[in-house]
Amino acid sequence: MIETNSIALVFFAFLLVIGVAVTVQRNLFAASMLTGIFSLVSAALFTLMDAVDVAFTEAAVGAGFSTVLFLATLALTKDTEKPGVKRPFAATFVVLLTGGALIYGTLDMPAWGTSEAPIHAHTASYFVTHSITDIGLPNIVTSVLASYRGYDTFGELLVVFTAGTGVTLLMQRKGLFRPGALAIPPKSRAPYVREMPVVRAVAKTMLPFILLFALYVQAHGDFGPGGGFQAGVIFATGFVLYGLIWGPAKLQPIIGGRPVQGLMASGVLLYGGVGVFCLLMGYPFLDYSALTPDHPVHGQHYGIFLVELGVGITVSAVMLIIYFVFSVRPRVGRGAGELGP
Amino acid sequence: MTQAAHLWHYWLIIVLGMLGLWVVIAKRHYVKKLLGLSIFQVSVIMFYVSMGKVEGGTAPVYLPGEDGGVDLTAAYSNPLPHVLMLTAIVVGVATTALGLALVVRIREAYGTSEEDEIAAADRAEEDELHRQELAEEAL
Amino acid sequence: MTLSDHLPVLLVLTPLLGAPIVSLFRSISRPLATLLAAATAAIAWGLVQQTADGSELNYHLGGWAPPIGIEYEISMAAAWTVAVVSTLAFFSILAGCHNAAREVTEGREHLYYAAFLLCLAGLLGMATTGDAFNVFVFLEISSLSTYTLVAMGKGRRSFTAAFNYLILGTIGGTFILLGIGLAFQATGSLNIDDIAARIQDLRGSRTVLVAFGFLATGLSIKLAVFPLHQWLPGAYAESPTAVGAFLAGTATKVIYFQLIRVCVMLFGASYVFEELHFGTLLRWLSVFGMFVGSLAAVYQTSLKRLLAFSSIGQVGYLTLALSLGSELGVRAGLLHLAAHGITKCALFLVTGAIVATTGSDRLSRLAGFGKRRPLIAFAFVVGGIGLIGVPGTAGFVSKWALLRAAFESGHTIIAVLSLASSMIAVVYVWRVVEVMYLKPSVETDSADGSRPWALMVPASILLAVSIGAGLYSAPATAYASRAASTLWNRVPVAAGLPEPRPVHHDDAHDAAAEHGAHESAAPEGQAGPEEGSTP
Repeated sequence: MIETNSIALVFFAFLLVIGVAVTVQRNLFAASMLTGIFSLVSAALFTLMDAVDVAFTEAAVGAGFSTVLFLATLALTKDTEKPGVKRPFAATFVVLLTGGALIYGTLDMPAWGTSEAPIHAHTASYFVTHSITDIGLPNIVTSVLASYRGYDTFGELLVVFTAGTGVTLLMQRKGLFRPGALAIPPKSRAPYVREMPVVRAVAKTMLPFILLFALYVQAHGDFGPGGGFQAGVIFATGFVLYGLIWGPAKLQPIIGGRPVQGLMASGVLLYGGVGVFCLLMGYPFLDYSALTPDHPVHGQHYGIFLVELGVGITVSAVMLIIYFVFSVRPRVGRGAGELGP
Repeated sequence: MTQAAHLWHYWLIIVLGMLGLWVVIAKRHYVKKLLGLSIFQVSVIMFYVSMGKVEGGTAPVYLPGEDGGVDLTAAYSNPLPHVLMLTAIVVGVATTALGLALVVRIREAYGTSEEDEIAAADRAEEDELHRQELAEEAL
Repeated sequence: MTLSDHLPVLLVLTPLLGAPIVSLFRSISRPLATLLAAATAAIAWGLVQQTADGSELNYHLGGWAPPIGIEYEISMAAAWTVAVVSTLAFFSILAGCHNAAREVTEGREHLYYAAFLLCLAGLLGMATTGDAFNVFVFLEISSLSTYTLVAMGKGRRSFTAAFNYLILGTIGGTFILLGIGLAFQATGSLNIDDIAARIQDLRGSRTVLVAFGFLATGLSIKLAVFPLHQWLPGAYAESPTAVGAFLAGTATKVIYFQLIRVCVMLFGASYVFEELHFGTLLRWLSVFGMFVGSLAAVYQTSLKRLLAFSSIGQVGYLTLALSLGSELGVRAGLLHLAAHGITKCALFLVTGAIVATTGSDRLSRLAGFGKRRPLIAFAFVVGGIGLIGVPGTAGFVSKWALLRAAFESGHTIIAVLSLASSMIAVVYVWRVVEVMYLKPSVETDSADGSRPWALMVPASILLAVSIGAGLYSAPATAYASRAASTLWNRVPVAAGLPEPRPVHHDDAHDAAAEHGAHESAAPEGQAGPEEGSTP
């Protein structure tokens, strides 16, 4: 246990240094990269705290996708931060107050890692003891995520859908998804690495494996860390990699047109459809027992498979669309810089 | 105080979170604010996850038992905070994406992403409008 | 289970699943969205019917009973809130047909309406769920769609308004998440009732105290309680007309209902008001909010901003009602939630009609408007007197209830102060009236080609409702009394862990080794709907 704590301490030290660096760094490109590293180190810390699913997601989303988005934005705006802060004392006061309150609140919390803490005693003990007979999956997180709290996950999927809808509304120019609508003069965008043969060859080799890995993560979520969300992000990442190297215009034939927008909705509708089917069978919404009434545990399996598939479809479609609308937007402001996307 | 010695994980996490919150409040550049927001949110996720940790426990995936079933006697960390935080991560990235889309639109419309410059531009616009109205009224 | 047993979940599912469907059918997105909003409102009124006898509807999502699963829990107060919210959403969407194509770039209306429905679904889900974390999830659905909708406004300022709202809203949401986490840490549960029952034994705990602090602060940001109101004027004034009307009528109202639940149900009124004296703090913040909001409204030069600042003042009335810490206070809060929601939604729609005819919402352009467009001007006056709370309007009913509650709790000074701030409302409404009726017309209108009648029809209906409720208030006040009393006198019951579902005899994963004794010979016993819904 001592080792775990000292490793955690090292990670915390890293995080503090990175956090301070993000604060003072005025080159926003560097600050974005540092934030990505912050996420990656957090993911390592999550693994140390047994949260493997959270670590997986944080690494894929926080360190991966978020960072790509920040960089895509900076590629459009070419900004560096001007020096100076606003209301430094007020900000410090608010932060000290908030942090102080939180620390005060922890004083009555049980010591870190105690197995007798109330948080472990009540509902969690049920999941650990009974999810294997209720649902029959080895990964307790997946059981809770997709069945016991499947409605939360449905809400989560709609958060993703909302983001996809919102970003499209804000960023899509008319006819963007129509084939041939992408008239970006080749020189107006940052140079892509398509001229570099090694990068190209490596990327081309890796692409099928990334997509295959996504399918594996999708299917394997029942048994180990992973599931529809992580799979969706990885699947989209494959295409994002392609776009980063050959330029987003090359993605247009794949993403262009309505199919991907349709996929965005259809994942949600698949998840919701499973729920509505249960409802029509006379069971509560999302009660997967309805799928095979004479063998509820099998029903849970089918239900979880289907809803995870829905999650995977919508997440990958939304991530793709978000990346796409960011990367094909013409750059704003003056002068071309050398910042790659 | 002996108890408090076992809470340092939480406190370090709180310090990290407050660093992020400070960036959100005190920094003027919109992209920087969103970076701070990300750090704040990741710290909250860390806070939840660390609440779920059981000392000596293992990840909440069943270990195989002796008789072909699963090992229910092993100590597993709490799966519930993990489930909740998967949702929180998704909410975080959704917020970031939307925020960045707004930053791009703001940058296009104002030519800057610094809070005080944008506020100044808005004020100037408002003053100009007001001056016009006063002039009209005087006519 | 029959269809009516599923109403609690259908209420949220209709707009929630409606959104992706609408996003697929771009040519008919507007009528489809209007239809779905109408269906949602109908379901909400059905729920009002079902709960009218004081009963509570429980619906176990996924068939898992709380505290294991998530439940929908519809009390009278929740039904009241969702009925108001979904009705106003329907009228706002209906009004959107005046010029949605103009305000939102053409070819994207289907996504705009999808966002609208998502926002509605988020608000309804928040109001009806009985699970603390589920509140956060639906809060974020509604928040993210709101940021998008605000940014659809005309000028570039809508972007900054949306961004500021996004930053403050996310801080608020994260505070709420922290509060839920601390309460979860202390009790081990996420079900609101279950937490409430368990927290009673933990009153001295500093963790519980801080959990309350974060929940209250986070909700106050989202509710725009003074001094955390900075996001509100921009968000209301810069958004498209239909969105502004919808938000002004609904968004803060649902958050307000959450604040009531946190104070009265989750932590218990005796803890919040008697031990922490939260009421005293909230009371003075409310009074400041009432004065600051109303005074700022007086000095605005544009109509939408005037109404937005007036909303900050009106939020003060809402929180004042709660801060009294009494059943009558909650009753007044519920009444004002509806009265102000209807009035403000109508006023924003009328303002939209004014913009549609004059091309601007600057006060200076309204000179002589009363002569040029007597009907629209008259509608604004009717809404204005509702805002002030003149007898004969719904605003009077709720303010009267508030005064009564304040007097009964012995807060005479507060009652006098709230009356004084109503006088400021007279001033800002009068300013508009003066410009519209007494100033000579200086110029001709430059209509922007949209259809003011499309805004005026729903606005007139809402104003008629406001007057009707003011003249014949008995049903509303009786319902609110009963709702407040069931909410106030509710005793939370700790939920025990449910029995695990019986093990099936040929389960692949051989858990039978551990649970051999459970081998069930009656598989139909485990089939789902069990304790689903009670009534």
